[in-house]
Order: sequence, then C-alpha cells, then structure tokens
Amino acid sequence: MPWSALMAEHVILSPEDIRRSLSRIAHEIVESNPTLDDLVLVGMRTRGVPLAARLAQRIADFEGRAVPVGALDIGLYRDDISYLDLKPQLKPTEIPTDIAGKRVVLVDDVLFTGRSIRAALDALIDFGRPQQIQLAVLVDRGHRELPIRADYVGKNIPTARQEDVQVFLDETDGRDAVVVLSTEP
Amino acid sequence: MVQRATRGKPAEEVRPPEGVDIPTWERRHVLDLDDFSRREMEQVIETADAMKEVLSREIRRVPTLRGTIVATLFYETSTRTRSSFELAAKALGADVVSVAAGASSVQKGESLVDSARTLQAIGADILVMRHRHSGAPYLVAGHVDISVINAGDGWHAHPTQALLDAYTIQQHLGDLRGKKVVIVGDILHSRVARSNIWGLTTMGVQVVLCGPPTLLPWGLRPDHRGNENRALPPVEVDTNLDRAIEGADVVMALRLQLERQQAGLLPSLREYMRLYQVDEERLARAKPSVLVMHPGPINEGIELSPAVAHGARSVIEEQVTNGVAVRMALLYLLAKGR
Amino acid sequence: MANKETMAIRGGRILDPGRGVDLVGDVLIREGRIAAVGPGVAAEAGRIIDAAGLIVCPGLIDIHCHLRDPGFEHKETIETGTRAAARGGFTTICCMPNTEPPIDSRAGVEYILRTAAAQGAVRVLPIGCITRGRQGKELAEMGELAEASAVGFSDDGSPVADAALMRHALEYASAFGLPVIEHCEEPSLSHEGVMHEGWVANRLGLRGIPAAAEEAAVARNIALAEFAGTHLHVAHVSTAGSVKLVRAAKKRGVQVTAEVTPHHLALTDEAVMLAAPVPSGVEGADGSIGLMYDTNAKVNPPLRPAADVQACIEGLADGTIDAIATDHAPHAIEDKLCEFDLAAFGISGLETALGLCLTLTEDVGAHGHAPPHPGHAPLQMIIERLTAGPVRALGLARFVPGLGSLAEGAPGDVLVFDPEAEWVVEPERFASKGKNTPLAGRTLRGRVVATIYGGKVVYQA
Repeated sequence: MPWSALMAEHVILSPEDIRRSLSRIAHEIVESNPTLDDLVLVGMRTRGVPLAARLAQRIADFEGRAVPVGALDIGLYRDDISYLDLKPQLKPTEIPTDIAGKRVVLVDDVLFTGRSIRAALDALIDFGRPQQIQLAVLVDRGHRELPIRADYVGKNIPTARQEDVQVFLDETDGRDAVVVLSTEP
Repeated sequence: MVQRATRGKPAEEVRPPEGVDIPTWERRHVLDLDDFSRREMEQVIETADAMKEVLSREIRRVPTLRGTIVATLFYETSTRTRSSFELAAKALGADVVSVAAGASSVQKGESLVDSARTLQAIGADILVMRHRHSGAPYLVAGHVDISVINAGDGWHAHPTQALLDAYTIQQHLGDLRGKKVVIVGDILHSRVARSNIWGLTTMGVQVVLCGPPTLLPWGLRPDHRGNENRALPPVEVDTNLDRAIEGADVVMALRLQLERQQAGLLPSLREYMRLYQVDEERLARAKPSVLVMHPGPINEGIELSPAVAHGARSVIEEQVTNGVAVRMALLYLLAKGR
Repeated sequence: MANKETMAIRGGRILDPGRGVDLVGDVLIREGRIAAVGPGVAAEAGRIIDAAGLIVCPGLIDIHCHLRDPGFEHKETIETGTRAAARGGFTTICCMPNTEPPIDSRAGVEYILRTAAAQGAVRVLPIGCITRGRQGKELAEMGELAEASAVGFSDDGSPVADAALMRHALEYASAFGLPVIEHCEEPSLSHEGVMHEGWVANRLGLRGIPAAAEEAAVARNIALAEFAGTHLHVAHVSTAGSVKLVRAAKKRGVQVTAEVTPHHLALTDEAVMLAAPVPSGVEGADGSIGLMYDTNAKVNPPLRPAADVQACIEGLADGTIDAIATDHAPHAIEDKLCEFDLAAFGISGLETALGLCLTLTEDVGAHGHAPPHPGHAPLQMIIERLTAGPVRALGLARFVPGLGSLAEGAPGDVLVFDPEAEWVVEPERFASKGKNTPLAGRTLRGRVVATIYGGKVVYQA
C-alpha cells in the first residue's frame, strides 16, 4: 500500500519463524481433530489462501492425507460496506466441497478486531451447516471488538492500536515476513 | 486513506481494510457505455464473477446491500429486464420497490421527474429506469441526488445488456481484443446495438453491423462511410450477411419489430428472413467456436432459425443468468454510504 | 404614433444600408418621424440620446415571430412579446397566425391590431392563414384578411401539404399582391422526427428529420410559384440544398424571397448534445451526467450540421436570402422540461437575435469557437438583412412608407446599439415569457442600448 511506504518497518517474524509457526499449527490441527476425513481448510482472501495451502501441504507431508482447501472472499459480508465510499474489489469464493457437517478450519493472516472473522462465519454458514468452525491465524495482534478467539495462533504480538501489522508472503508479495509498521522511526 | 462517508456527518478518514484491493469507482450513474473506460468495464466483469458464484449457491443471497432500497421505474413493459434487476437487488439483500408506469398515457416530463423525485423522497437509494423516449434517464439524473441506472431508453442505450453481453463473450472466448462480433438486424432502432457498439469497441473488438439499408442508421450505411461519421466508434457495415459472417467469433441477432414492415422499411418478413436470418448454413461460415447471442425476447423462427436458437452454439440462456450477475455487480458498485 | 417631442440621437455611426448611408452624425426625430439625418442636426432637439461610439440604425424588423396570443397566453402575450421585441432592438414584428383560434378571419386580424395598439410596445403587422383553421384543406378568406390589413399569408407551424391546394393559394393570393409565406416541409419525410437526421441523432437515438424533407418541399413550392408567376416567400431556410434551390430560382427570375433565423446561422445540430452551461432554473444534481439532451435546442426546422450553416451564411451574404427573421417561439417551462421526444419545438429568440447575428461579423462565434464560416461578414450586410431586407422581401413599404430606413418622413423607429459590449444571456431576465434558449449562460457581443419606436423610447438598457 502506498501509504505504508512512509512508515517505519520493524520485522517481527522472519521467513524461518513463519515456517516453524506453520509447522506447529499444522501439527496442532492434526492433534486437535480426531480424524482428518471431515476436515476442510478455508483460507480468507487474500493472504489466508496461500497460508491455508501451505498448511494443507504440511498436513499432507506429515500424514500423507490431502485435505481440501478453499478460498473465501468476505467482501459481500463486511459490516462496513455502508461506510466505505470505495468498495473492495470482489473475487469469487471457491469452496470445492460441501461443508455441511464438516469441520472447517478458517485460516487468516492477522487477527485484529475480529470483524473479518465474523463476516467469514456468516459467509460459511450461508454455504452450509458445518459441524464446527475453528480458526487458525499466523498473528494475533489483540484489540478485539467482538468476542472472537483463535484456536491456533502462530504468534501473539501485542501492538498499539494505531500501529499496523502487515504479513508478506512469497506467493503474493515475493517475500516472507511479518512486520509492524509505525509512525515512529 | 479512504473517506468514511455517512450522510449528515462529516467525513472521517479511515484506513482501508488490510490486504484488500480498493479500485476506484467514481461513477454515480450508469446511463450508457459511451464513456466507460476499458478498466471500468473490466471492473464490472470481475465483480460480476464474484456475483455469479453467489448465484450458483443453494441460498442465492448475501447481506451486502441490506438496508439499501432499489426502486425500479419502468415506463415500458419488460418482464425479463425488470425481474432481472429485482432478483439482483434481492440477492444482495436490498429492498425493492417497483413502479410500472402506464406506457399508453401521454407522459410529460414533469410527471417523469416528479415520479423519480417521489421515489427519492420515499428513500430509494438507486433508481433503475426504462423509458421509451431516448434521453429520459439523463433528464432524471439531472434532477435527483440518487444513482440512476438506465435499463433502456428509446433507441439510445441499454448499458447493462451490453455489459452482460461482453461478460458472456469473455466467459467463453477470453480476451475480447481482436475478436470479430457481427451484430445483425434492425440496428437503427436498437439501443442494444448502440450500447454494444460502444462497449465492444472499447474492449478492442472488431464490430461488424449487418442489416438492410433502411434499418442502418444514417451515417453508418456503407455508402455513407467516411461521411459525417465523427464521434462514433469505428465499426464496419455490410448489407450482405453471408459475407459479413465470415470468420465471426460471435453473431448477435437483434429482435425485429414486426411493425417495421408496415412502416415501409421492409418489403416483407419473408425477404428479411431470406437475407438476414441466421441459420445453420450461414452459421457454418463463422468460426466453429462461434457464439450465438440474442438480447431477447426472440421472435421464434425469424431472427434465428430454431435450430440455431436452441443449438449448441447458442448462449442465449446464459446471457439471462449473466444478466442477474452483472446487475448485482452494478448495484454493488453504485451503492453508497448512508 | 405621433409624438410632439423632438428627439435626437447624437454622434453615433449611422447605418442605413437600404439607402447606402454610413456616416457619423445625428438623427433627428420630430412628431414621431425621421426629420433629418447627418452631422449637426441634433442642435434643435428637446431630448438627446448620446450615441458616441455606438451604432444607430433603423429599428429592426422581424418578419417571422410567434406571439401566442390569443390562446396560449401562458407562453407569451402581445404585450410581453412586443416588450421582448423592443428589448431585442425590433420596432416592427410580423406575427404568425398559429394562435388559438388561428387568424383566418377579419376578427382575428383586428384583435391583433387592436391589442397591439393598446398594449404593445412596438408595431405589430399580422400575417393571416393560408387555409381555413390552418387545416390545409380549404383556402382562408384571403380577400377579407387583406382588407383587414394582414401583410401576408402563412400556415406556419405547418406546411400546406397538398400541392394542388398550394398552387391555388399562390394563384389566389396574387389578387391582393400579398406573399404566401410557406413553412417548407414534406410531412411524410419529417414524420415524428425531432432533430436533424445525422450522426448526432444516431448517437442520441433520436428519430431524425432529413434535409430532404425541407428541400423536397422547397423544390415543389418554387416550381408552383414559377408556374403561377406569383410571389413565394420561403420561411426559415436551413439547408444547403434549399439555399441552392432559391439561388437558382432567383437566377431564373422566379418571384421568390427567403429568410433565415439567427440560430440557423450560428448553431449546429451538435447543440442538442453538447453539455451546455446549466440552464437557468434547472439545478444539475451532479456534473457527471455526460451527454445532454438539450430540449432548448429542439426547433423546426432543426439545427443542421456546419456545412449547412455555412451555406446559409453564404446565401445571406450573396443576397439569395433576403432577410433574417427570428422565428421567435416562446414556450412555458413545462413544455421544454420533459423527454426530448415530447418537448415543444422552438427557440425564444427576439432578445438574442442581434447579439447572435453580430457573431458573424467577428472571428469568434457564439460557442467561443471559430464559426463554420470564417467570420468577417460585413456589418452593413447584417443590418440590411434585419431592416431593408425584410421590408423588401414582404413588400412592407406599401403598408408603412419608409419602413426599415432612416429616410426623411420614415417612421421614427431607431435602434441604438453598442457593437462591442459583451453580455451574458440570462433567460430569466428576458421580457419574453419564453425562457427557452440554447444560449443560456453564453457570452454574446453586441448589446441594445436604446430602442425608439415612433419617436418614443420603448426600451433603454
């Protein structure tokens, strides 16, 4: 984003840190779920999608099992549509399997106010009635405005509200890093 | 930063949601495609893709435009376009108010502007209107504060039809640049043709118009070409369909009003069909992957032979489905902060 | 109107093109008539109007306008129409009979004359109908109309569609020495059209009126006038083809005269679609409408493309066209504030005529772009076509000797104007009830300073 270029960047997670976090989350998912047969990973656009794909890859590596991966665009479910003059570009949602009765693991890069997750829950329920929805995030930066919590967290990063946490991934940004952006140098 | 806009309150600056691509959409009305940029058309098409996915679900509804009121004001009867807009609005969770104004009584402008302002006063956020007189939506747009979508005005424009046509073609043939689209029939009286001429040429399409000379607009007839044809997009014109359809990627047939024959513009329907009906023999001259399109409603057996209308190359029914998705996209893009 | 006061207009540039007069000096008016013209004649005057740096010419004459009275008083009355004329520099106007009831009888003509005398600001000369009720079926009682002092016959608004009836009208009118003034239009070709049939109409999706609709009728009527050997006056010429037909007919010696409107000399069909400055009284809610369907540019005959405008200017310059006539057509707001197809035809033109015509004399046209014809039309020619030309075209000197000139004994009808003054067209300030003009917000150069009718000032800026 153009404006973020003016802010100071402070790297919180290196590519190695990210790799380890994702491995740990993948293990935790496998441990917490009695069977992989009814599991579906759904990544939230945009960066939740490659994260979900990486998690599925790791699960396949450990367990030799392919878990279906979907992509969810929450643009149509945001609660702030009426406050934005310019609306986000919508992309299609692609969920390759019926989620009714399944355990869905929502995957996102940063958990902040919780509003995106609320929108995602609404969207998923429109697709069908899952047995359970779990949440995996790479970073939890606090400042929840809704009663939402993550089941799997890569790293907890306490932040000031006006700071920004930005996740960069190789698939979308050409590099792996999690940075905190602030106005202080 | 983006402006948070709430009616009656000063704008605050809010940060854009993270990781989200915010393209610019500054258009308040959709009246015609004549000034749409390529980027804008692509934006509508991309948004329509997301909407089409919603329409493929079991529950074809999202809460996006909850609380928004879409009013339809149709001075010409039209089941398909009006229902299309109504379904589009409802799929986005908006409320719909439909007004079917009588088309037979003499409608003077004051009552048109009045009707629109009344709907605005009731609380409509977006007004979708169709009218038999060209320019009517421009008159309304100049007298209301809400958004106006033109669902067809006289002979002049039908932008949502042209958008769904472009979307349909792209779905099948990919990038529209360099594709050859032949539009056949009564071009003179067709708002679908005019809007498609604008939309398709913007997307880089080679447009060929084909029809009898009496049904081609002045200045576009083959003998008039290069004469007074300024400020209109470049198109080719041919009165011979067998020649025009050679190598076409898309054939778009227009509805023929059966009254044209009575007005002295055609000798007979029989001759029209002989010279301009798209049948299998003619279609064989186009590319094998050719798409057959029609804005509907079809005069069965006249513009298209039944075999072509219902054959494998026909995407006419998809046009209808895509119409709902495209209209959802426009409602989404136009919906304003409250 | 006899007026014992003497008045002088002093020190202006006096243009009386009908008599070849162009000098700096004074005009003396006594008892409502021109007493003297020349340097120094102002000495004995009671009232003096200083015209230094201004142009002084005969009061302008408009041989084609619509006063809407009786029957459509919400659009205009004889009182408001004549005030508009005065404001525009006109001291004599000929009004068309398409009123309700139409002027097809002595009573109608007398009503116009009586009302003008009582309430009018300037001289009104009525035109009577060609056909009874303007229905195009039977001749009107032209003899009675002539006796009542009608100055010509016209069904304007409508053509006489039946060629045989037109022939009879031309023949019959000749007994009274009065011209038939024909609105030339072949109705089956113009049928339901709303603007010129060209690329603009195509762009806007509007049904067009082809140039041939006018030209076919002009050709027909010239042939009939030639055959009958009587006087045909072609109203509001608008196309190159029509100009050619009139030119050739005059060359052959046919008794044909012609007029053109100021808007057909300065505006093209693009005026319908160009976004004009917001017209008075109408608030544009959002600038992003794009195209505009300007009903104020809807007129019959329609505005034509540049090539036709140029041909009309050339026809005016070479004398093919004898007169400029406004075809002033006032309408109420609701007649224009509607869908283009449904809007009434007509432009309210009396108060912008002079300014618009003067754009032909300069490099810059009414739009602020170069006009179709590269400017520099002589001022004397323009004034001639607004004074002596109209008088000659309809033979009005028979009714009012000296009309349209500043000859001694001519009516004391004088116009004083400033050829350099720039002003912005503000329709809401028109004296006319009709605010319908496509020129709203535009800057014109050439402004009326004073209009004197019968030695009395009827308008002063």
